[in-house]
Amino acid sequence: MSQLVLRLKAIGNSELAWRFRTSPPVIFATVVLVVLVFCAAAANLIAPHNPFDPATLNIMDARLPPVWIDGGSSTYLLGTDEQGRDILSTIFYGMRVSILVGIAAVAFSMTIGVALGLIAGYLGGWVDAVIMRLGDIQLSFPTIMIAFFIDGVAKIVMPIGMREEMRFYVVILAIGVADWVQFARTVRAATMIERRKDYVAAARISEVGGFRILLAHILPNTIGPVLVLATLGLGVAILTEAILSFLGLGMPPSQPSLGTLIRAGNDLLLSGEWWISLFPGAALVLLVLAVNIVGDWLRDVLNPRLR
Amino acid sequence: MISLLATRLTSVILVMLVVSALSFSIFNFLGDPVNNILGVNATLAQREELRVALGLDQSTFVQFWRFVERAVVGDFGVSYRNRQPVVDLILARLPATLELVLCATVIALAAGIPMGVYTALKPRGLLSRTLQFGSLLGISMPQFLIGMLLILVFSVELRWLSAFGRGDVVTLGWWSTGLLTTSGVKALIMPTITLAVFQVSMIMRLVRGEMLEVVRTDFVKFARARGLSDRAVYLTHALRNSLLPVITITGLQIGSLIAFAIVVEAVFQWPGMGMLILQAIEFADFPVMAAYLAFVGFSFVTINLIVDLIYLAVDPRLRAK
Repeated sequence: MSQLVLRLKAIGNSELAWRFRTSPPVIFATVVLVVLVFCAAAANLIAPHNPFDPATLNIMDARLPPVWIDGGSSTYLLGTDEQGRDILSTIFYGMRVSILVGIAAVAFSMTIGVALGLIAGYLGGWVDAVIMRLGDIQLSFPTIMIAFFIDGVAKIVMPIGMREEMRFYVVILAIGVADWVQFARTVRAATMIERRKDYVAAARISEVGGFRILLAHILPNTIGPVLVLATLGLGVAILTEAILSFLGLGMPPSQPSLGTLIRAGNDLLLSGEWWISLFPGAALVLLVLAVNIVGDWLRDVLNPRLR
Repeated sequence: MISLLATRLTSVILVMLVVSALSFSIFNFLGDPVNNILGVNATLAQREELRVALGLDQSTFVQFWRFVERAVVGDFGVSYRNRQPVVDLILARLPATLELVLCATVIALAAGIPMGVYTALKPRGLLSRTLQFGSLLGISMPQFLIGMLLILVFSVELRWLSAFGRGDVVTLGWWSTGLLTTSGVKALIMPTITLAVFQVSMIMRLVRGEMLEVVRTDFVKFARARGLSDRAVYLTHALRNSLLPVITITGLQIGSLIAFAIVVEAVFQWPGMGMLILQAIEFADFPVMAAYLAFVGFSFVTINLIVDLIYLAVDPRLRAK
């Protein structure tokens, strides 16, 4: 127990913690992020309405403006959409989907990227050449384009009955596959340095297997930059998901993410009902902005070139 | 330098092979060319005859080779949806997208570089901080949201600009341009800004980052020690050396602009290639998807190659090797 306290104290006194305490925007972004993630995670507990329970929906309440505009109702703080669903509640639920897809997609591309990077860096030779060349080829295309194509083709190829329920996984796959290269590059470079060090030689003499050396010895020493990349990648993944959903290729209306909500509201923009699309949009920007600020800060703090 | 060019060319060929293999798979395995040409009511004998005539009885490799041969001369077959040659459809939509992308690139460079230099030289100023935050907002905001805000302000509230379409276009040969008519230029304003915001932010942040690093190097200190004016030190020595990565990123960004143009075109109902591919996916129009993939792949590869050549021309260290 006292060891844990000491450990926490050490973290509290570290340079990282000091730099965190002295940068107000980052503290603010972190607070915003925590609040948003909490709202998303606890959506079914704290959302004022359940937007996916048709029994509670009243079509007479459709397209109500936010409470501070004439005609708004205090039951629906941010107004309602075309089906009479409470915008605030759909945002909470939508944010949950967006964050889940984002995290899963980053975890997916991180796993592929780290695995391939470790293998390429450790083995070298033709394995390395094939993996990295593949990465080069993929990098000559923007990630959004790759995700767009994987998603578009998957949407058509899948049997119609499965399309809706599988979308969640298809979107994760599409975004995840599109983004593995940067992880692989970073890990490969770090592995190539690490594998020449004495501790790896020592492990090898002690007859530790290659697989174990990679996972238990080299991986922990390459993971720092990977986590920074993952934070920055999370913002991109959430945005990519929103774009795919906005184009009608991402999450279906039955399981809406923020992007899906914005798409649904887009048609009503020209008739002046801006709250249906812009409030989910604001939530999206806030979320991505907070993630990006924290990610940027982490990168700057951990980048020795900028010290 | 020749070996560098050789490696680049091999990688170009490699990429194009992979792209055409993917494009061929979409065209061949997902679509059914026989149904496409004869319709669903043809007899079995007619189908078999056409299969032989099209070479679909041959091995996959032979078929792939034929696909590549025809693709090289621009023959991607006929669209399932509107029965026109795919290449005609793409050529008709190409000018709209290219004008959008080029205008956005010009804006991005013209605004992004000065903003990056300014924020690097005066990092503590109020304007710099505002720009810094704005650029963070710019890379955190999806294009469709920027477009929707613009539509809300300038089309719904102020009624200054039309929310969709290209306006009037003038046809020069096969190229249709919106740059020569007032309504065409007006229609271009909102989509271009929407597309450019991300690139402006990106280039600004890049230039700023590079400047901050270059300003610390010895040759800049030396230039200052020689008594050169601030202007000469920063604009001639520092900026020139910070621009190298900007060339690469701008090149790559033109590629992603083509991708993001899909989003912007969807928001503004812009009749470009993005709308074409979105409709193609919606209607499972495989020949169009295959052709779009091949076309986009080819453009990206060409852009990357041009970027490398410019790099070679600009950076004397590469030429010496």
